[in-house]
Amino acid sequence: MATGHTIKAFDDELRQLRANISQMGGLAEAAIRESMQALTQRNNEAAAEIVARDAQIDALEAEVERSVINIIALRAPMADDLRDIIAALKIAGAVERIGDYARNIAKRVPTLSGSRIEPLSLLPEMARIAGEMVKNVLDAYAARDAAKAAAVVERDQALDDFYNSIFRALLTYMMENSHNITAATHLLFVAKNLERIGDHATNIAEMVYYAATGERLVDRPRGADSTADTIDE
Amino acid sequence: MTDLMTPPEAEAAPAPAAAPAPKMTARGVNVFYGNKQAIDNVSIDVFREDVTAFIGPSGCGKSTFLRTLNRMNDTVATARVEGDIRLDGEDIYDRSMDVVQLRARVGMVFQKPNPFPKSIFENVAYGPRIHGLAENKAEMDTIVERSLKRAGLWDEVKDRLTDSGTALSGGQQQRLCIARAIAVDPEVILMDEPCSALDPIATAKIEELIHELRGRYAIVIVTHNMQQAARVSQRTAFFHLGSIVEYGDTSGIFTNPRETRTKDYITGRYG
Repeated sequence: MATGHTIKAFDDELRQLRANISQMGGLAEAAIRESMQALTQRNNEAAAEIVARDAQIDALEAEVERSVINIIALRAPMADDLRDIIAALKIAGAVERIGDYARNIAKRVPTLSGSRIEPLSLLPEMARIAGEMVKNVLDAYAARDAAKAAAVVERDQALDDFYNSIFRALLTYMMENSHNITAATHLLFVAKNLERIGDHATNIAEMVYYAATGERLVDRPRGADSTADTIDE
Repeated sequence: MTDLMTPPEAEAAPAPAAAPAPKMTARGVNVFYGNKQAIDNVSIDVFREDVTAFIGPSGCGKSTFLRTLNRMNDTVATARVEGDIRLDGEDIYDRSMDVVQLRARVGMVFQKPNPFPKSIFENVAYGPRIHGLAENKAEMDTIVERSLKRAGLWDEVKDRLTDSGTALSGGQQQRLCIARAIAVDPEVILMDEPCSALDPIATAKIEELIHELRGRYAIVIVTHNMQQAARVSQRTAFFHLGSIVEYGDTSGIFTNPRETRTKDYITGRYG
């Protein structure tokens, strides 16, 4: 609906902005999927490539920021246009963070390539859910679909549950054998990164909902990080 | 409004005041020019505490409606006004209403600054004089100085009060017209495109003035410039084809309008 303005150049700018966000989202989603592949296949080369590719997401974020500033300065956007543009700025920031978390997973691949501990089997499923959340929320953004955005928020709980159970499993491994500590700690960070990706996808969903409706998505209690209570086990 | 900083004992104070009574109310207003209906069933409340902006495309009726609020349409032979318009509950179209008195209570500032071809002093003193507001020269001097100060013009003209009002710049002339409206101590000030003939600096000065006058007078401003409406007003009414499409908090109108027609207009998708 970024169309129909009397000034057609404004339509073009809004379309370009949305295209850049979609492209960022596509790159971030691929980075999540491929970093997990690199982890499970112990593919250090693929991991290095993912790390290098993050610069593309950063460049797109800078581009989005630049066009948002220009549009605000030159077009004085109002109503749904204004909400769209503010959402674009915040979404670009969140997608950039998602890209950083995916890159961080890839960076741990070389260190983990030697380990064989078992919670690795839960991580790909967690990564699949995180990747789907990112994909769905960006589809919701493209379609201005508030209901679809709200559905993404609902899924965040699943990621939190995964994270909590992986945390407990890794703790057990570390207690069983201190040789596991290095690998288990890295895997814990991987799981935490995926959990954070879910939180950012949730934030994006809230922005999409706001941009589409002008209303705030009702605050739900955040999935409690029960790991905070587990330390003294 | 919840105020988290208020100490608990303040809660014992009387219940918060109810919403303030509107300064002016209009109900079911229709305006006809001959057979042509220019305003169709407009109802609105205007509050003293707020600046109210009327926006809308050319010919939507916003100026016509503004002019019903102090019976300026009486001067148009073919114009006919129906409906109920009240100032502090008093029917302004009642037979007993003195129109000259009404226009002192509901002052007006026009698109093009229109100072009288007289001195700056006389421009401001004229109204108070015909309404008998000053007993003597000293009182008149006080009124003129106070009005020019409130209009933000005093410092620029205090040494040349005998110069002709028409010798001022456009922005100064407009502030002189505002001083002239203020001089008779009005309750409401109507402004019909007050900045459309001014450059951006003069416009900013008028907008700052509107901001300072807010609360002292109910201000209603008609503007083509939506950014101006957004900047100066607390309430905005969107007029289209002689009706009010939407009326509400300015921030709501400009961030989340309820009506598609409002949205299309303010985002530049109109027509």
